[in-house]
Amino acid sequence: MIAYSLQRFLYMILLLLLLSVTTFVIIQLPPGDYLTMYITRLEASGEKVDQSEIESLKRQYGLDRPMYVQFLRWFAGIFQGRFGTSLQWNRPVIEIIGDRMALTLVVNLASLVLVYVLSIAVGVYSATRQYSVGDYAATAVGFVGLATPPFLLALLVMVFFHTQFDMSVGGLFSKEYAHEPWSWGRVVDMIKHLPVPVIVIAIGSTAGLIRVMRGVLLDELGKQYVITARTKGLTRRRVLFKYPVRVAINPMVSTIGWVLPGLVSGGAIVAIVLSLPTVGPLLYRALLSEDMYLAGTLVMFLGILTIVGTFISDLLLMVVDPRIRLDR
Amino acid sequence: MTASTVAQAASRRETTAQERFFMASQAQLMWRKFVRHRLAIVGGCILLVMYVSAMVCEFIAPYDLHRRNSDYIYAPPQLLRFMHPENGFTLRPFVYGYTQERNPETFALDFTVDREQVFPLRFLNRGDEVKFWGLFTTDRHLLGVEEPGYVFLLGTDKLGRDIFSRIFYGARISLTIGLVGVAISFVLGCLFGGISGYFGGVSDTIIQRLVEFLLVIPTIPLWMALAAAIPREMPQLQVYFLVTIIISLVAWSGLARVVRGKIISLREEDYVLAARIAGETDMKIIRTHMLPGFMSYLIVNMTLAIPGMVLAETALSFLNLGIRPPLVSWGTLLTEAQQVQVVISYPWLLYPGLVLVITLVAFNFLGDGLRDAADPYK
Repeated sequence: MIAYSLQRFLYMILLLLLLSVTTFVIIQLPPGDYLTMYITRLEASGEKVDQSEIESLKRQYGLDRPMYVQFLRWFAGIFQGRFGTSLQWNRPVIEIIGDRMALTLVVNLASLVLVYVLSIAVGVYSATRQYSVGDYAATAVGFVGLATPPFLLALLVMVFFHTQFDMSVGGLFSKEYAHEPWSWGRVVDMIKHLPVPVIVIAIGSTAGLIRVMRGVLLDELGKQYVITARTKGLTRRRVLFKYPVRVAINPMVSTIGWVLPGLVSGGAIVAIVLSLPTVGPLLYRALLSEDMYLAGTLVMFLGILTIVGTFISDLLLMVVDPRIRLDR
Repeated sequence: MTASTVAQAASRRETTAQERFFMASQAQLMWRKFVRHRLAIVGGCILLVMYVSAMVCEFIAPYDLHRRNSDYIYAPPQLLRFMHPENGFTLRPFVYGYTQERNPETFALDFTVDREQVFPLRFLNRGDEVKFWGLFTTDRHLLGVEEPGYVFLLGTDKLGRDIFSRIFYGARISLTIGLVGVAISFVLGCLFGGISGYFGGVSDTIIQRLVEFLLVIPTIPLWMALAAAIPREMPQLQVYFLVTIIISLVAWSGLARVVRGKIISLREEDYVLAARIAGETDMKIIRTHMLPGFMSYLIVNMTLAIPGMVLAETALSFLNLGIRPPLVSWGTLLTEAQQVQVVISYPWLLYPGLVLVITLVAFNFLGDGLRDAADPYK
């Protein structure tokens, strides 16, 4: 058990290292570096930049060193909270991201919870009433949900609320709370705004998971131990929730590994359409203006979210699956 | 005829049916199971129609991709009609023209259907001159109306361009990106999955960590970051291939997993051991003995991977990070529908999205059918 957790932990560290390399590559990708863009900016605004100043700036930012030294410097900076400077805002990246990280976490966690609650509930319903109208309806909605791009769904939902209820559903806060410091009223306001984006983000993954849950549960319900339990006089409901559902939840927990990246990924684009104050729109703006330190840091943050989330799901699997707990 | 001969004939018929089942090749068995899956057939047919029409979109689309009708900006879709006010029912469908009036309150141009203007649809109509596949020019289009009439079956956009025509042109990009992307991922997936599964050891560990990494990273943000680095002034065709490569660079990981899993299970089979003892090279063993064993699974997985790629391209182009005008894909068509107000006033701008959803559902149906057909235990 300890060996298993340790192994997963080491994997997580390894993945995080790979993530940091990827982030650095992203930052370096566009032609030209931070400095050349800074200089063009200064020149565009009419200021003269002389050669010695450029050289000293280069030395200051370490741009005259080889690539791996630059990487190591940047990497060491991360641990001191130095993620580079945002060109667009002219402020350290960490200051800009602040609140948005927390809100991204809230939105994604809420979507994750909704995905599992919905898919387990609908999956159990579909499996116990196989080939009923409800089952077919769930399958049909699932297929369409699987095939509708999240940004299109977000757009449709916005149009729907706008025309039917004359309501604007963009954002996470009402106007009066948008730039306020945190307060009880603001939290309540956010909770009121959460359902629409969370449902839009969750629907695609839910469609996939309902099929997983339904399939596994159908397999379990056909097994002999279920019949035995029934003949011994257990009620249908008790049998269902005591054994097959618990078995079927196992593979569901191990799916967090691909559900969470899917949610975060879809969440980013939904956030752009619905202009949520999360990481997605900030990343989009940063990319459009080639503000690479900010963009790279945001990609890294989303990556950390999924990698750590997967690690937690590995630990959860240990809790629900005694085979893993006892074997290793 | 006695009863015994009847029974004999019946049993003979049964054996031939059974024999045919036993003698059928793997492909024949799969085909039989596949055609029984009705949704998969429907999906397959939809996709076939879409790919063929994307191939000959210059001919099928009534208008050229860049044809602007500056008099008909944001014209709503015209209904195809068969009931003529004077002549009664006609087999030749027609559309009514529009008259435009300035709305005194909103100052927007309002379109009203004008029953005086009748434009009958003509087969092999002469219209815009287009270059077919860049090879020869033609002005024949499958359907159209005579100038100065106009037919906008799905309305027009902000420059008065026919959305119906543009969807066909967009299909060419959106649908082929899925195929090209899957081809690239197939090569990468087979290569890395094969090395990982067949040789095992250190290479397996390294490749598996890489695959795990690619699977756990949220794809759209990564794709956005990579696509944003494509220089703005790059030629169209290069952008197309770069976008495809970027998408498949991340997407091969799923296929590699399938290949690895299958190879590991086949590696232990006796016939592979026999081939190795007989002195066959590793490459030959993989190619002739192992690949056919899991080819069907691979095809299924590829079919199910295509919708993800089409979706990725659409999402990137929707955000102006993927395919850029003047090249059109369904994603670039949908960029016009980014603002809610625009969509509410001109809902027909969402038609490309509807076509996209139908395509993706069709791919999922087809993939499901193929999966059931390829599964020998079902």
